[in-house]
Amino acid sequence: MATTSQPEANLTAKPDSETVILVQEIHKYYELGETRVHALRGVSVEIARGEFVTIMGASGSGKSTFMNILGCLDKPSTGRYLLEGVEVSSLSKKELAAIRNHKIGFVFQGFNLLSRTTALENVELPTLYARISKSEGEKRSREALALVGLADRVAHFPSQLSGGQQQRVAIARALVNRPSILLADEPTGNLDSRTSVEIMDIFQKLNDEGLTIVLVTHEPDIAQFAKRSIQFRDGKIRRDERIQNRPRASEVIKNLPTLED
Amino acid sequence: MDLLAIIRIAMRALARNKMRSVLTMLGIIIGVGAVIAMLGVGQGAQQTMQEQIQAMGSNLLFVGAGTVTRSGMHMGWGSTKSLIYDDMLAIMRECPAAHAAAPGSTSSGQVVFGNDNWATRLNGTEPQYFDIRSWPFQEGSPFTQNDVEMSANVAVIGETVRKNLFGATDPIGQTIRINNLPFRVTGILVPKGTSAAMGDDQDDIILVPLTTLQKKITGQPWLRWIMVSAVSRQGSYAAQEQIAALLRERHRIRAGDDPDFFVRNLADMADVADEAGRVMTLLLASIASVSLIVGGIGIMNIMLVSVTERTREIGLRMAIGATEGNVQQQFLIEAVVLSLMGGTLGILFGLGASYVITQTLGWPVLVSPIVIAIAVVFSMAVGVFFGFYPARKAAQLDPIEALRYE
Repeated sequence: MATTSQPEANLTAKPDSETVILVQEIHKYYELGETRVHALRGVSVEIARGEFVTIMGASGSGKSTFMNILGCLDKPSTGRYLLEGVEVSSLSKKELAAIRNHKIGFVFQGFNLLSRTTALENVELPTLYARISKSEGEKRSREALALVGLADRVAHFPSQLSGGQQQRVAIARALVNRPSILLADEPTGNLDSRTSVEIMDIFQKLNDEGLTIVLVTHEPDIAQFAKRSIQFRDGKIRRDERIQNRPRASEVIKNLPTLED
Repeated sequence: MDLLAIIRIAMRALARNKMRSVLTMLGIIIGVGAVIAMLGVGQGAQQTMQEQIQAMGSNLLFVGAGTVTRSGMHMGWGSTKSLIYDDMLAIMRECPAAHAAAPGSTSSGQVVFGNDNWATRLNGTEPQYFDIRSWPFQEGSPFTQNDVEMSANVAVIGETVRKNLFGATDPIGQTIRINNLPFRVTGILVPKGTSAAMGDDQDDIILVPLTTLQKKITGQPWLRWIMVSAVSRQGSYAAQEQIAALLRERHRIRAGDDPDFFVRNLADMADVADEAGRVMTLLLASIASVSLIVGGIGIMNIMLVSVTERTREIGLRMAIGATEGNVQQQFLIEAVVLSLMGGTLGILFGLGASYVITQTLGWPVLVSPIVIAIAVVFSMAVGVFFGFYPARKAAQLDPIEALRYE
C-alpha cells in the first residue's frame, strides 16, 4: 500500500508473504429477465504478495466474472473481498475508481490503446486520474515504457507498433501508477506464439521483482509460466495448485524459431 | 485532473474527426453569426431612430393648436383659433421646466426662382426656433429678431427646396417669389432627412419671420404651434404637464372637457421609437437564435455518436481509474469546446456579415461588446445544455460492458 505513494520506490512492490487478495465465499448472480444466472457459487481464494497466478477455465466457468470482481469493476452479490485489507464491496463507485487507479493495473486481450495517441500519452493516461503532477506522470511513463523495452518508441502511435509492442505499451500503462496487483485478461489472446512468450517473459521479470500478477488464459502453455494455477468450472474453483518446474520464458524464446520481419 | 488537461484531451478528440467537428461547429457558427448580425442590424436601426429624433431637437415639446369640429365637420389640427402669441409668453413666464420657446404658424406656398417653381411648406417663426430644434445652417444665417419686428421679406430654405429651385446656383442673397411676394434668401439649413417619427421630408421647408407670414401671407394673428425645449429630457415630462395645465387655465377649459390644443413630447416619441426598435431587435434575434438551437442539436447529435463510437475508450478510462464525474466532465468539456470554438468563429462571421450588410445595403449595423459577450456566454450555455445528456450517457456506461463493446 505504502509503495504506491512513494515516488522513489521501485515500480513493483517488495516480495513478502503479506496477503494482497483475500476472497471469501463470494457469490455472483445476474438477473437476466426472468432467469437468474449464478455466475459464481462460493469462491474463496487467498493470494499473497509476489504470487503469479493463472486463472483457467472454459467460457462460462465464471473466470471473467471473478476477474471483474478482482479488478473492482464489479461487486460480488454476497461474500467478502479484501484488497490489501480493504473491504472492497463496501466502497462507493468513486472510491472503487480510485482503487482501480492506484492499486490495480489492467492488461486486456485487445490492448485497448487509444488510437492517434502516442505510446507515451497512452501510458500517461492513468496518471491523469491520479493525484500526481504532469511532469511526474511523464517521468513515470517513460520509466514504465523503458521497463517493457520500448524506450525508443515513446512517440509512436499504436498503428505504428506491432501487436507485441502494443501489448507492452498496455503493460507499461498498467504499471505506471505502481499498482499492488496486475490483472491480465487473455493478454496473449491476440498474439502469435513467439510474441506471447515474449509477453510472458516480461510478466515473469516483473513478478521476479515482486509484482503480484493474476492472469486469465485458456492456453495451457501460457499458464505454465505462472507459479500457481487456479481452474474454474461452473462458478467454482475446481483445482488450485502450485506449478512445478515452471519454464523460464527467456529460455523458451531461444528455442523458438525467429520470425522474419 | 486539471481543467487544462481535460481541454487538451477534448481538443485532441475533436481533432481526430476534423471534418465532423467543423461541420458540427458550422451550426453554431451560423447561429451565433446570425444572432450577432441581426442584433447589430436591430440596434443599428434603433440608434438611427434615436439619432433622428435627437436631430429634431433636444428635449423638444410640440404645442399644437387643437382640432375643432364645426357643424359636424372635423377640421384638422390647427383649425382652432385659440393659440396665440401671449400663450407662448405665458409658457416662458410660468413654466419652470420650459427652457426656450418659439412660436410658429404654417401655410403652404408656391415658390418661384427663375424658371423653376416648387410647392412647399411655409413656416413663420422667430430666430430662436433654429436653436430649439438644434438645426444649424450649411450656409448663410438665420433671419434676425429685427427682421421679425420689421416683418422683413427674408427666408431660410431647406435642402430639398434649394436642390429643386437653385441646383448649382448659390441661393444666398438671391430673391425668390413666394406667393408672388419677393423674399431674399438669408440661409440654407443643414439637411435633416426624413423624420423617423412622422415620415415626412423635414428639408422640404421654407422659414420666414412669423410676422411676415401672419401679416403678408395668411393674414391671421393665430399661432399654429409653439415649439418648446425643456430643461432636460426628464424635465420634458414636467414641462408637458406644466404647459398643459397652464393652457387649460388660459383657454378656460373646464375639467373633463377636451382641450383645444395638444402637447406632444419628443421624449415620448423617442420612447415609442425605442420600444419599436427593441421589439424589432428581439424579433430578429429570436429568429436568429432558432438557428443557434438547431446548431446545439447538431452538437448533441454528434456527441451521442461520439459516445457510442468511443464506448471502449470510456470503458478503458473507467477501468484505469476515471470516475463517472471524470468521464462526464470530459464529454461535457468536449461539447463546450466545440460550441465555444463555433461561437468564437460565429462572432467573426457575424461581424463580417454586419460589415457586408453595412456596405451593400447601407444599413447602419451596431455590434456592441455586450452582444459579443452574450454570444460567448450563450454559445457556452448551448454546449453545456446540449452536451449534458450525451455526457451523462457516457458516464453511466457500465465499464465491463463498455470494454466488451465491439
